[in-house]
Amino acid sequence: MDAERLDQIIARHVSRRGALLPLLHDVQAEFGHVPRAAVPPIAEALNLSRAEVHGVVTFYHDFKDAPATRPVVKLCRAEACQARGVDRTAPVLEGDERIEVETVYCLGLCASGPAAMIGDRVFARLDEAGARRLADRAAA
Amino acid sequence: MKLFLPCDAAALAVGADEVAAAVETELTRRGIAASLVRTGSRGLFELEPLLEIDAGQGRHGFARIAPEDVAAILDCLFEGTAHPSGVGPVDALPFLARQTRLTFARCGITDPQSMDDYKAHGGLKGLEQAIALGSTATVEEVVQSGLRGRGGAGFPAGIKWRTAAGAQAAQKYIVCNADEGDSGTFADRMVMEGDPFMLIEGMAIAGLAVGAAYGYIYIRSEYPHAIRAMRRAVETARMHGLLGRLLGSEHEFEMEVRVGAGAYVCGEETSLLESLEGERGEVRAKPPLPALEGLFGQPTIINNVLTLAAVPFILTEGAKAYADYGMGRSRGTMPIQLAGNIKNGGLFETAFGITLGDLVNDIGGGTLSGRPVRAVQVGGPLGAYFPPSMFHLPFDYEAFAAADGLIGHAGVVVFDDSVDMARQARFAMEFCAAESCGKCTPCRIGSIRGVEMLDRVRAGDDVAANLALIEELCETMKFGSLCALGGFTPYPVLSALTHFPEDFAPKPVERAA
Repeated sequence: MDAERLDQIIARHVSRRGALLPLLHDVQAEFGHVPRAAVPPIAEALNLSRAEVHGVVTFYHDFKDAPATRPVVKLCRAEACQARGVDRTAPVLEGDERIEVETVYCLGLCASGPAAMIGDRVFARLDEAGARRLADRAAA
Repeated sequence: MKLFLPCDAAALAVGADEVAAAVETELTRRGIAASLVRTGSRGLFELEPLLEIDAGQGRHGFARIAPEDVAAILDCLFEGTAHPSGVGPVDALPFLARQTRLTFARCGITDPQSMDDYKAHGGLKGLEQAIALGSTATVEEVVQSGLRGRGGAGFPAGIKWRTAAGAQAAQKYIVCNADEGDSGTFADRMVMEGDPFMLIEGMAIAGLAVGAAYGYIYIRSEYPHAIRAMRRAVETARMHGLLGRLLGSEHEFEMEVRVGAGAYVCGEETSLLESLEGERGEVRAKPPLPALEGLFGQPTIINNVLTLAAVPFILTEGAKAYADYGMGRSRGTMPIQLAGNIKNGGLFETAFGITLGDLVNDIGGGTLSGRPVRAVQVGGPLGAYFPPSMFHLPFDYEAFAAADGLIGHAGVVVFDDSVDMARQARFAMEFCAAESCGKCTPCRIGSIRGVEMLDRVRAGDDVAANLALIEELCETMKFGSLCALGGFTPYPVLSALTHFPEDFAPKPVERAA
C-alpha cells in the first residue's frame, strides 16, 4: 500500500460530513481492496476507533479485504434474472477458470436479463453463448 | 434529419454505444449534416437498441439493431423503402400509446443533460410555481395531490413534508433514496439517466417547501451510469439556477451525490441515513421519525426518486390534475416495471387501478419463453407471489395489502411454469440472510433458520412439521422485525405456500429412491 496515496485520499475527504463511505470507495478504487493497514490512519483522521472503521468496511459488500486475482464478472442472481434463465448462464461463467464470478442482486436490467457487469460496463441478454463471449471478453 | 439513440444502461448493455459509433461513422462518410441525440430510454427494453430517426415526418423507430445494420437503414431511408428492423412511428407503438406518462413524459424524448431541452419540454415550471406559492402552500399542494411514497411504504408524502416543515431546526435535509435494490425495478435508474433535472427540481421544491437548504441523493453503487448522469446534471443545474439561489429567488438549495456500497438494506430509510453518516447501514428504531430527527439528528425528508420526481408535475399542473388519476386512496400514476420472463418488458406508467392480468397478459404479452405464466412476484424480493387466478387484483396499495401482498416499488416479475416455488421461497429467506443488517434477531437468525427448514421441506424431511414451523417463524419475523427486510420476507414465503402448496408437498418417489 502506498501510504502517500492513502494520505491524499484521506485529505480529500476528512472535512466532509459522513466522510467514511466516500473515503473507503476511493481507497477501494485505488488499491483494489481496503488494506488492513489503511484502517488505523483512516480511523485517526476521522476521529473514530479502529473497530468502528473495521465494522463499516466489513458491513458493505463493495469493500474487499483482498484484491481480486482474476478479472471479476458481477452476475445478477436475483429473481428477475432467475426468471429469465440465469441458472443456465451461471455455470458457463463459473466454470471458466480465467475469471472470478461475483454474485450481485440486481443491476436494474430486469427486463433484459440475464445481466452482468464488468467494471462499469453492463451486459444483458446473456444466454449461454452470450456468457461465453462475455467470459472471453473479461479474460482478454 | 435528427437521430435519437438511448444512453440508458439497458440500451448500453445490448450495444447502444457501438451502434452510436456506427451512426456517427456512417453520417460522416455520407457527408450528412445530422445530429445524433443520446436520450433516456422509452422503456420498451425488448426493442433496444432502438434507433429513432426523424426525417421530417416524426420519429420512426428501428429496433434491436446492430452496428452493421446502420448503413442499410440509412440506405432504405433515402430510397424510401422499408427496413426489416423498422417499427414505424414510435409514439404509436401500443406499449407507449397506452401509457399515461406524467413522470416519464420527457424520458426517451429529450437529451437528459440539456437544460435547454428540459426547459423546452416544461422543465422548471414546477419550481417557478413553488417559488410563487411559498413554502406552506407548496406543502399543501403536495398534500392535496394525494401523492404517496413510491419507495414501497406508500406513506402520504405531503404529511411527511408537513411534519418536517413544522419542525424547528437550524438545519434540515432533503434525502433522495435512490438505493433501488428490488429485483424487477429500474424506474429510479431510468429517471436518473433519462431525466435527472426533474429529480433535482423535485428535491429543490421539497427543500423550499420544508425549509431545507441541503440535499443528498444516495445512489446504489450498482448504477454507475446513473451516478455519472446525476453528478453531471447537478453541475449543470448549479450553472442554471436550479441549485444555489433557486431561479434567482431568496430560497437556497444545494445538494450532492453519495454512493452506496452494495448493501440492499440501505434502501430502508433509517439504514440509509446511517450509511450517509458513514456508519454501518444498521436500521434505527422509530420513533423518532426522520422527519423530526433524521440525518445528523436534524429534521429530514427522505423520499424515493419517483416520489420526488412526481413533484414538479404536481406543482406545474396543480394537485387536482394529479389526483384526478388513480383509484381509492392511491392517487396519480405509478411507473410500473414489467420484468422477468415477459415478452414486452419495460416501464409502463399508468393510473392506479389497472389489473395485474392486464399488465401481464395484455400489455406484457405473456411470457417471453412462450410457456404459461405460473407466478408473478409484485413489489420486489419482499413482495408476494401471485398465481394467474388472482390477476383480477387492481394495482392499488389497499387492494394488494388485502390480498396479503404489496405494491412496493411497483416491480412485477413474471415466471413461467418451469418455476419451482419452494425454491423461490427458499431464495427469499436466503436473500434476507445475505442482506440482513444484523440488528434484530427475527431477521438475522430467523432467515437462516428459514433456509434450513425450507431445505428440509424440499428434501421431503418431516414436511408437515417443518411447514408448521415455517409459518410460526414467518409470524415472528413479520411482527418482531425492526424493518421491512425481516418484516416482509414472510410475504414471498407465505404466498408461495398459500398459492402453490403442491410445490411443497412430499415427493414420495424421490424419497423412496
